[in-house]
Amino acid sequence: MADSETILAAAHEPELQHHFDDSAQQLESSTLGMWVFLVTEVMFFGGMFGGYTVYRNMYPEAFASTSHFMNVTIGAFNTAVLIFSSFTMVLAVRSAQLGQKKALIAFLILTLILGCVFLSLKYVEYHEKWVDHHIPGPGFHYADPRYFHQAQILFFLYFAMTGMHAIHMIVGAGLLAALIVMAARNRFSATWYTPVEMIGLYWHFVDIVWIFLFPLLYLIGHTR
Amino acid sequence: MSHQVVSVKVYAAVFGALLALTITTVAVSKLELGEFNFIAAMTIAVIKGTLVVMFFMDVRRATSMTKLFVGAGLFWLAILLVFLLSDYLSRGWLPSLRWL
Repeated sequence: MADSETILAAAHEPELQHHFDDSAQQLESSTLGMWVFLVTEVMFFGGMFGGYTVYRNMYPEAFASTSHFMNVTIGAFNTAVLIFSSFTMVLAVRSAQLGQKKALIAFLILTLILGCVFLSLKYVEYHEKWVDHHIPGPGFHYADPRYFHQAQILFFLYFAMTGMHAIHMIVGAGLLAALIVMAARNRFSATWYTPVEMIGLYWHFVDIVWIFLFPLLYLIGHTR
Repeated sequence: MSHQVVSVKVYAAVFGALLALTITTVAVSKLELGEFNFIAAMTIAVIKGTLVVMFFMDVRRATSMTKLFVGAGLFWLAILLVFLLSDYLSRGWLPSLRWL
């Protein structure tokens, strides 16, 4: 008995925790756990998308009028930036699979930079809203007085949804920074790179949220 | 772990498709299509989301258990939205219920 345990302990890779049968099972557990977390995030954002849909159906004209004040150029550019960051993230995971440390670090840094570009442009947009008095509350001004109250609901939803998305981006940026440090300290190998893959899943999820936010907030009712 | 490494070409093709769909959705939004504007925007968003989930998040090669959880998440999201909207969208359909 003692002999077989010694043989088992010697046989498996150093990253394999002893309560798993093998590395594949260990990775599968991590992936499943990450997806359970992402499903809770889907429900969390789903509630806000549901609230948006209800109010958009209640006040379609007011919501259509607000889309003229959305910066479609920045929104579209930011969509491209996030998609590009998802592409570099997937290349980072691929580099990790191949055990290419330098490429892994380079792609992680590139992903982090693109995330920061997105957040910077988000700041520019928020500043525009501030200058135009489009922040809901006592200082709110709206060109069309008929929609003064209803437009505030849209702008509230805009800040709640893009703000919550931006918080997720900031968390993602922190996680990427941690990954870069871990990669530089040789914590990953071709046989074990689970954190890179899991944070990759998170980053792609945040990208998907934006893929739905962009058309809903910026493009719907764009014509009129 | 036992997964084969996907070639950069596949990822680049998905990236290109996502960019093309982003340009398409902006272009379509500038056309006057009435209700179809919303349908087109959401259809493109769903296609983009599916591409990211299947290729970047690698669900197409995931285990059945993971696929089941992803599907369950989307199913519950559908329950949320369908039941929410079946309430709000049907309000006022019956004029005699004004006392509500």
